[in-house]
Amino acid sequence: MSIEFKTEEITINMGPHHPSTHGVLRLIVKIDGEVVTDVVPVIGYLHRSIERLAQDRNYFMYFPVVDRVDYVSIIAAELPLAIAVEKVGGIEVPERAEYIRVITAELTRIMSHLFWLGTFMLDLGATTVIMYALRERERIVDLMEELTGQRMMFNYIRYGGVNADLPEGWLNKVKNFCDYFMKMIEEYEILINKNPIFLSRVKGIGIISKETAIAFGAAGPILRGSGIKTDVRKDEPYSVYDRFDFDIPVGTTGDTFDRYIVRMEEMRQSVSILRQAIDQIPPGPCLKKKLSFSFKIPAGEAYCQVEAPRGSMGVYLISNGTNTASRVKYRTPSFSNMQILPEVLRGAYLSDIMAIFGSFDVILPEVDR
Amino acid sequence: MEVLVQLYTAILSLIPFEPVRNAINMLVPTLAIASMVLGIVFILIWWERRLIAFVQARLGPNRLGPGGIFQSFADALKVMLKEDIVTADADVILFTIAPILVFVPGLLVYSLVPVGNGMIVSNVNVAIFLFLAISSITTLGILMAGWSSNNKYSLMGGIRAVAQAISYEIPLLLSIVGVIMLAGSLSMVDIVQSQNVWNIVRQPLGFIIFFICSLSEVNRIPFDLPEAESELVSGYNTEYSGFKFAMFFLAEYINTFTLGALCTTLFFGGWRFPFDNLLGDIGLQLTAQLGIVWFILKTMFFFSVVVWIRGTLPRVRTDQLMAFAWKYLLPAALLNIFVTSIFAAIGFGVFSR
Repeated sequence: MSIEFKTEEITINMGPHHPSTHGVLRLIVKIDGEVVTDVVPVIGYLHRSIERLAQDRNYFMYFPVVDRVDYVSIIAAELPLAIAVEKVGGIEVPERAEYIRVITAELTRIMSHLFWLGTFMLDLGATTVIMYALRERERIVDLMEELTGQRMMFNYIRYGGVNADLPEGWLNKVKNFCDYFMKMIEEYEILINKNPIFLSRVKGIGIISKETAIAFGAAGPILRGSGIKTDVRKDEPYSVYDRFDFDIPVGTTGDTFDRYIVRMEEMRQSVSILRQAIDQIPPGPCLKKKLSFSFKIPAGEAYCQVEAPRGSMGVYLISNGTNTASRVKYRTPSFSNMQILPEVLRGAYLSDIMAIFGSFDVILPEVDR
Repeated sequence: MEVLVQLYTAILSLIPFEPVRNAINMLVPTLAIASMVLGIVFILIWWERRLIAFVQARLGPNRLGPGGIFQSFADALKVMLKEDIVTADADVILFTIAPILVFVPGLLVYSLVPVGNGMIVSNVNVAIFLFLAISSITTLGILMAGWSSNNKYSLMGGIRAVAQAISYEIPLLLSIVGVIMLAGSLSMVDIVQSQNVWNIVRQPLGFIIFFICSLSEVNRIPFDLPEAESELVSGYNTEYSGFKFAMFFLAEYINTFTLGALCTTLFFGGWRFPFDNLLGDIGLQLTAQLGIVWFILKTMFFFSVVVWIRGTLPRVRTDQLMAFAWKYLLPAALLNIFVTSIFAAIGFGVFSR
């Protein structure tokens, strides 16, 4: 004889103000005891019409706005727009500028992954890792400040190059940072990788199969964590990425642990790219021709994507021949990654919401734009 | 320190009427121990913040007073001046009782702990059971807080706290049985007296189980599920503010200190100096005079271990927490009792009474 207990589902409104929704995401979570039965993400709390603003401002005025698309890895949001405008306008980029773009992009990738590592561990309840991660991130922020004058919204890339040449000795500082950082990654892994509590929280949790990942249009570490070897830097190399030798780390099962491992390995690969770029960087100008404030580009359209820390970040640009774009569409990885969330969370435990959502590395301004 | 106790006894004997004497004898030691514990708690908060800052490569509070030691006093003052908010849908009576029910048992249990040679408020002969009985009232307070707040996060926190407390109290109790068998008494004083060889040598497995379980009982990382801030905002105390919140906050530190005190008393020789039975009569008496110092030092050591663990480990998940208690800790505790009883029966080596 079996006794059936009738249990009532509780609806919890997680967010928009919740310590671990990484901004202003609202999750309507239905739970049965500790087991999640349904999740409905509600987005749009941080919508700032970033795409619409492109139609009111000329290309120069619009550029600082896109920094706000992804405030954690700023260059990744600047780069696709710059490349798209250059493609439509036929603007040439000097080789040195391309290298500088790669170096800054990889530095911000490490910056973003470090921030992810800290907050992910914080979601799991480990408070120490974020302090260590931010300590290293601070060094990158200092480097970027020296280069661009800003600590967050760099506004550094220009159409046809970059804003200013590297300060003297800056490359050496980056080199020193690379050496220092490789040691620090090992320190993190000593602290995290074999911790049994950590492993039990992430292994086999939030499994995303290859099929699901592709069906939902997942990007970046989530796609690679599910075992799909894809990276815009290798598949459709932009800038000068075809000149560097690096690996694409992939996971096997697609669980939270794989996504963690993929990101940790990506940081190592970024360091390797940084070292190669510093060795190869040629002398020369970093901006061939200074464009006028309201320069015009011919009518046309282009889609350009770059590999942002969270996956492929694309810009679809339609130009009508004036100094203002007639449409700019940002294809952001966080948005498509977040669509998988309800799929993965059904049947998970309440605590898993944080572990899984944390491993997605969603940046809310990127979702809402 | 023992001199103080003798002085107090001497002054007490001057009071003529026995009822008055008894009343004073109840009041003075209780107040003394309560103020000692409360005083220590303020230092503990500062010490935890400094230590966790050291672990996390930052500085921690270092401005107010020497090394920032007055920071916790300033924080306490601030929190007392805060508005005491009771939410509109809260069950006001339970909402008010809850912090008291959490706070008072935490202080009350210190009347049963020998903090020094002869320094104990009441030497009860079933002290350990009374201790566990009183300290489990705390869980009731947490459930009350979770329920009366009328907040889903609080409720989840309260439910988690109860489930956790029920699961971990059983192995906790069973892990002490070995100690009781070796001492042949439930009285804390007798248990301390019986430890010519510290119990950690005779009960290593028992100590590990005890430590894990009591870590869970006081809701510290990695077992801080009832107040998991990344999941339940702040858990059972989400809706609390002002002095009521301060009581929860202080209770957590008092309980953590109790954890250390109990580890010390049961497994690390209580107030006794290491190997004091080998020191001879004079050494024994000298070290016994400073009993309270050894006691606090040992307790602080365990508190520091707890802070260290907080800086190192992530939080476990609810189902894993339960599975760990029932699948591993409970059988291990039973095994410990079994092995200890065999050794105690044949009286082998250090196991002889």
